[in-house]
Amino acid sequence: MANNEAVLKMNGVSKTFPGVKALKSVDFKLRAGEIHALMGENGAGKSTLIKVLTGVEELDSGEIYLGGEKILAKSTQQAQELGISTVYQEVNLCPNLTVAENFYIGREPTRYGKINWKEINRRAEQALAKLDLKIDVRQKLENYSVAIQQMVAIARAIDYKARVLILDEPTSSLDKNEVEKLFIIMKKLRSEGMGIIFVTHFLDQVYEVSDRITVLRNGELVGEYEAESLPKIQLVAKMIGKDLDILSNLKKDANKEQNTNDNDTFMSFNGVGHTGTIEPFDLEIRKGEVLGLAGLLGSGRSELARVIFGIDKADSGEIRVNDERANIASPIDAIKRGIALCPENRKTEGIIGELSVRENIILALQARNGIGKTISRKEQERIADEYIKLLNIKTSGKEQLVKNLSGGNQQKVILARWLATNPDLLILDEPTRGIDVGTKTEIQKLIIQFAERGMSVVFISSEMDESLRCCSRMAILRDGRKVAEICEDELTDRNVMKSIAGED
Amino acid sequence: MQNLVTVIKNLTKKRLFWPIVALLAVLIFDSIFIDGFLTIELKNGNLYGRIIDIINRSSSLIIITIGMTLVIATGGIDISVGSVVAISGAITVQLLGSGIAPNTPFLLCIIASLAAAALLGCWNGFLVSRIGVQAVVATLILNVAGRGIAQLVTNGQIPTTQYKPFSYLAGFLPHLPIPFSIFIVAVVLTAIVLFVKKTAFGLFVESVGVNSKASRFAGLKAQRIVFATYAICGLCAGIAGLMISSMIKAADSNNAGLLIEMDAILAVAIGGNPMSGGKFSIAASVIGALIIQSLTTTLYAMGVSPEVLPVVKAIVVVIICLFQSEGTHKMILKVLSTHRRLKYEKTV
Repeated sequence: MANNEAVLKMNGVSKTFPGVKALKSVDFKLRAGEIHALMGENGAGKSTLIKVLTGVEELDSGEIYLGGEKILAKSTQQAQELGISTVYQEVNLCPNLTVAENFYIGREPTRYGKINWKEINRRAEQALAKLDLKIDVRQKLENYSVAIQQMVAIARAIDYKARVLILDEPTSSLDKNEVEKLFIIMKKLRSEGMGIIFVTHFLDQVYEVSDRITVLRNGELVGEYEAESLPKIQLVAKMIGKDLDILSNLKKDANKEQNTNDNDTFMSFNGVGHTGTIEPFDLEIRKGEVLGLAGLLGSGRSELARVIFGIDKADSGEIRVNDERANIASPIDAIKRGIALCPENRKTEGIIGELSVRENIILALQARNGIGKTISRKEQERIADEYIKLLNIKTSGKEQLVKNLSGGNQQKVILARWLATNPDLLILDEPTRGIDVGTKTEIQKLIIQFAERGMSVVFISSEMDESLRCCSRMAILRDGRKVAEICEDELTDRNVMKSIAGED
Repeated sequence: MQNLVTVIKNLTKKRLFWPIVALLAVLIFDSIFIDGFLTIELKNGNLYGRIIDIINRSSSLIIITIGMTLVIATGGIDISVGSVVAISGAITVQLLGSGIAPNTPFLLCIIASLAAAALLGCWNGFLVSRIGVQAVVATLILNVAGRGIAQLVTNGQIPTTQYKPFSYLAGFLPHLPIPFSIFIVAVVLTAIVLFVKKTAFGLFVESVGVNSKASRFAGLKAQRIVFATYAICGLCAGIAGLMISSMIKAADSNNAGLLIEMDAILAVAIGGNPMSGGKFSIAASVIGALIIQSLTTTLYAMGVSPEVLPVVKAIVVVIICLFQSEGTHKMILKVLSTHRRLKYEKTV
């Protein structure tokens, strides 16, 4: 059935959010009867592309053609009517309704003004039978496993006479057998001529079902490839970008000197792990080094950071700080030992939006002092002014609410919050995500400066360039496990990517 | 002229501007339509008058409102304060006994009832912060059970007491013309405001109220802070309970502080504090409580019967809230500007 005719074409699609260009003139082509993987790291623009396609976000410029006809969906419902159906990562059905009710919610077949239950049940059964799924549609949805719920969501999506099916991370909550089942259904739909966009971060799965792969990075199209002719390591290279520039070499020399002077260990981990997120690992963080944590999304790099900072309490192993056994059970324990973390999720875990820049900056310092030892207003203002100047935070004043600042400046406020505590170890989880290029380099420069002054930095980034430029050593994670450690001499893009991809 | 406009514009942006305007509006209305509203006279060495009355009557509500403000600032709510009022009153009167001489030393009675009230607040705090029960549901437990507990304490009776000093709490101390309740309010208000402003507690409460997760990541002990607000709120309700039972020199488990939680929540809202938590102003809440009490006093003075009082009160409250909302301000500005434009176009 597979033919080469494009069922969906997106030409020069652009989308700008305040402060960032999320999509820069991206082209995308989906053929009928193919499974097309959409790949890219966090902030690459995958979800924005899908949002634009399904009418969640309005595009700034560009055109979308469905079967040769120009379309512009204004809502997901409209997109669905046009034939573009989406199944999201989190099953968005109603678990307390029956399978059949979920199937026809909002479009119930009626008879004499009443809902025709017989018809609903019969048609739902038929639609599920098409996917070889024989379940009692009168049962509540919550009685079935997540995998079945996902299948119901898919069956519901294609019941809308869908021509394009978008699966956004459909496998992240499924186990191996369930994934197999899903793949069988995907292949069946492909053979029937459906175009499927498959968004995932599991590399193996991509190669198992996909015909083509489109890679995005930083909102730009990297390219479209045949899955067969693109080795895994190449795919990783394209996702994280490997073009190095001169700056990286300059920096590493500086760091080498640093490392010979200062080789004391600040913090060491011996068999430390947290059940369910990260398997026991050994790690050493030296004074004045920038240690990178690399791995794909979901590999456990953020989870490792959470354990260091005490958000997830380590349930095995031993942590030592300055050669002293440390029990770190909560962030405040970590802060008291001179550790700081800029979390991955700026909005939900970082800023306190309704509070002022000043209050946000002094918050961690005040937390360390405790409730009693108040920082005087005058001192607060001095600290705020100092860091606004040092980090070049663009704000109309220190009393401005943080929520009114741009993403990059919010990030700097959080950075200021931690610098104010004068930490020995600063963990930065994706500090430059969603930030414009200028601010990005500013932050990178700052990181290197801190390390030169003897502060240890743990640096997590999805961008290979950035990591190679900043780090003197990298720990590689895969599937919640620390799999390798690469020191400066072997620290090349190729070595890192090999480890990430799991090729020997 | 232009200068005056900007001064007024800046004034309207001040936190307390609209609550104060609403309070003044009610008071001005009263002084015009109620005879002798502003007169204060000295009778038997005590001050009497409607204004004094409003302040005296609102004292227990103000104290509860202070605690409620903190709880709401963390994004929670406490609907059990009315029941805590009943329990604290019941314990005090029961311990004092019915005679002129107290069965238990007065100070001990006060300490016992306040400790019980604080403990009940801790129970609420435990449910909300540790167990993670939704605040409305968690405090609903005590809201329902509390009056039963009070009945158990009083054996289902309405005990009264003849002990004189107990009546001073909500009345007058000998040789003092000002109601004693004003002093209690002043002490509680000062203590809590100092605690909130002089320590980092206020900042922490606001931070947790805005974003609890990020606050935890910044090193705050979010659970403890939430817990503390409920404990303070319980203690405040206990103090109010003493005053309310002192007013009738008895402990009425069924009616003491009935629905006062609603008035307290309303006072916080009228004061312009966001119900979703975050930035708060205790002063604004106190003004909110004064507005509610002067409204009630006004309506009684105008002869509105107690049965229909809630309806009239509700209507006025809706008007006050609309008056304060930014949406309304924008709408009024829009109407004004179109009006002005039309006028301008006509002249052109």
